[in-house]
Amino acid sequence: MTGAGKHLPAWVALAAIGAALAAGFLPVLWLGLADGPGAFDAYVLRVLQFTLLQAGLSTLLSLILGLALARALARQDFPGRTLVLRLLNLPLALPAIVVIIGIVGVYGSSGWLGGAVAIYGLQGILLAHVFFNAPLAARLLLGELERIPSESWKLAAQLQFRDIDVFRLVEWPQLRAALPGVALLIFLLCAASFAVVLTLGGGPRATTLEVAIYQSLRADFDPQRAAALAMVQLALCAALVLLAQRFGGLMPGLPVLGRRPPRFDGQAMIGRSADIAVIAMGLLLLLPPLASVVASGFANITASPALLYAAATSAAARSSTWSRTARLAVLAAWIIPPAVLATGWFIVLRGAASLTGLAAALVIGMNALMALPFAYQTLAPAMDAAARRHDRLCANLGIAGWNRFRQIDLPTLRRPALLGLMMAFIVALGDLTAIALFGSQDLVTLPALIYRQMGSYRFDEAAGTALVFALLVLALVSLAERWSAQHD
Amino acid sequence: MKTIFATILTLALAAIPAAAKQTLTVYTYDSFVSEWGPGARIKEAFETDCDCSIDWVALGDGVAVLNRLKLEGATTKADVVLGLDTNLTAEAAATGLFGPHGLDPALARVPVAWTDKIFMPFDYAHFAVIYDSETMKNPPASLDDLVNGDPAQKIILQDPRSSTPGLGFLLWMKAVYGDKAGEAWTKLSTRILTTTPGWSEAYALFTKGEAPMVLSYTTSPAYHAIAENSTRYKAAAFKEGHYLQIEVAGLIEASPEKELARKFLAFMMSPGFQDQIPTRNWMLPAAPTSAPLPAAFDTLVKPEKTLLFTPEEVSAKRRAWIDEWLNALAK
Repeated sequence: MTGAGKHLPAWVALAAIGAALAAGFLPVLWLGLADGPGAFDAYVLRVLQFTLLQAGLSTLLSLILGLALARALARQDFPGRTLVLRLLNLPLALPAIVVIIGIVGVYGSSGWLGGAVAIYGLQGILLAHVFFNAPLAARLLLGELERIPSESWKLAAQLQFRDIDVFRLVEWPQLRAALPGVALLIFLLCAASFAVVLTLGGGPRATTLEVAIYQSLRADFDPQRAAALAMVQLALCAALVLLAQRFGGLMPGLPVLGRRPPRFDGQAMIGRSADIAVIAMGLLLLLPPLASVVASGFANITASPALLYAAATSAAARSSTWSRTARLAVLAAWIIPPAVLATGWFIVLRGAASLTGLAAALVIGMNALMALPFAYQTLAPAMDAAARRHDRLCANLGIAGWNRFRQIDLPTLRRPALLGLMMAFIVALGDLTAIALFGSQDLVTLPALIYRQMGSYRFDEAAGTALVFALLVLALVSLAERWSAQHD
Repeated sequence: MKTIFATILTLALAAIPAAAKQTLTVYTYDSFVSEWGPGARIKEAFETDCDCSIDWVALGDGVAVLNRLKLEGATTKADVVLGLDTNLTAEAAATGLFGPHGLDPALARVPVAWTDKIFMPFDYAHFAVIYDSETMKNPPASLDDLVNGDPAQKIILQDPRSSTPGLGFLLWMKAVYGDKAGEAWTKLSTRILTTTPGWSEAYALFTKGEAPMVLSYTTSPAYHAIAENSTRYKAAAFKEGHYLQIEVAGLIEASPEKELARKFLAFMMSPGFQDQIPTRNWMLPAAPTSAPLPAAFDTLVKPEKTLLFTPEEVSAKRRAWIDEWLNALAK
């Protein structure tokens, strides 16, 4: 994969992404710097401190639980395993408000557990973030574990490795390379978390950089402060990216999951019980809030035209985002806060004929950028594998550029591309930021509809919409997994 | 892809009648034009009168509307802006985009004397603490009761940095406690279950039974009475008086449709518009309606005293007051 000329499409894609990001960030930075450098006061320090604390703890807990869950799922086969794997994709795609309501329905003071756990404060934030991210960690790490060649398992069985040896000598080397990337991903997601932090945080003590940026752009309309805060966020994320790069992969692939490679360990009574306990614990974390969403939703599905229309718009307003791009550019899509990005685009485009007409395009563009890391993760491993397999042959035969793409790469990449498209679709489906900033009366997505219903006291109908949304995501996930299973 | 083209085509087609007929572009907040909001009916009523068409541009809330105007500046496509409140009008006027509405300010039936020549009220409501009468038998009778009451009985508030009611409550505390507001916030903090980014999250948690009290409007019980036939949620009347929210509209001075915009503002003060406000926007009308309000509105708390800072005061001191709140709660 060297040489610039034959990778023209990649450069074009990269340039487009770079331009989109620059168009978002530079105008805000310019607005901010026009008034002199922003002030870094005690408030900013406190906010930074809390951002690090909550995102760090959330990441740590999600990784521990995700690792245990991934290992248990890798070792055991049981009826319903496929469904559990699909459920792991669900939390990430749900809008935060849906998850919050679900968590409150279970752990809240009138919830199923009758308020046995205090959920307002740091512990509430951690609970919600672990709910979002432990399944993601489990899914990513499980993919790593399933990449271990079956020869290793045979050898481990012949040498009669104990559990601890299997972990130390077989699993850990595979996981170690992926862990920094998974940690980075989860940290970025938690650092950018907004509704969870504000709603479950208990008060202004729980303010993250993202909240502060949003506040300075929105409530105060103070681009100077927003630019200063965005710079802090950018520096923080850049430092983390460098750190992750130093310790291993920047981003793990989001591989196809399905059949479990044959393993011979963990079948003894103790190992099996331990795994089953871990899986049960994971499900206990994952299922009740989802069930709470379902329970309050079933009674209230109103087939209102708005709902159907929103579903259609949600489905229509997505775009394919797969392309060969540099990892940093992909990550940058997450590092720059959406509110900053949207404001920047707005400043660039405000001279354009009709912003209302552009709204749909802007929403699509922004969702595409935000879904990019996910799409990238699905495609990157497949691209790498294809490159390893075909590079020499193609060099020998002199096949390059468009011909190679069409005849060699495309056939092997079609299914991962579809899977990537589906993942991007699912992520974009749950987005609220873009639609809230650019939306107009006729452009309603499901998450936006949930908020509109709530804003008009229609909390029950909002619960119904949330259920439809969750079912839609689950159906899409199943479809994606089925496609990718055929690919194997 | 097909559907994307279809969307673009629809948008393009929507633009065609604009050339044939006059179009009035109105910036407003999201819930005003939702399926249950008053927007659609108001549009219908106005369009039969004027042989024109209203193009709603719905943004998150009043603050988002103002920010859009600040970003667009003179290039704004808005002819009318509807849905700012009096906490925002000083900043909105400072953009220099708005022109006089040309109506008699005294037409506005709001709890304070109205003299603003740029912005005209279309509805109002007082903020109130709504409580769940099933779990709370002794609701607070004053803001002081709320501040000093039993910490086990919690209230859900909104963040004044991101929410209009949140800012309203901050101003309420300031109006009652003045320089002692910081201390009052510290005392109140033991009773705050959580501070949500917006009204929706707070009210959702409240109706889920997370806390017996929430900050909302005096009109909230009317929704429960009319739409759900329930009197479970009630507003607590506070001795010190209640802080007022007045929602206003104004016209863009440089708009090519200024005459139509004037007509719309005049229509806003007529029953054709006002009839939709009580049971669709769940606020109180700022001008006469064609029929008396539903009976549920008669039972609402009617504050004896109205608290309200001038727009200029809010604009000048909001940052400092929010910092005071932050320092009291974020220790």
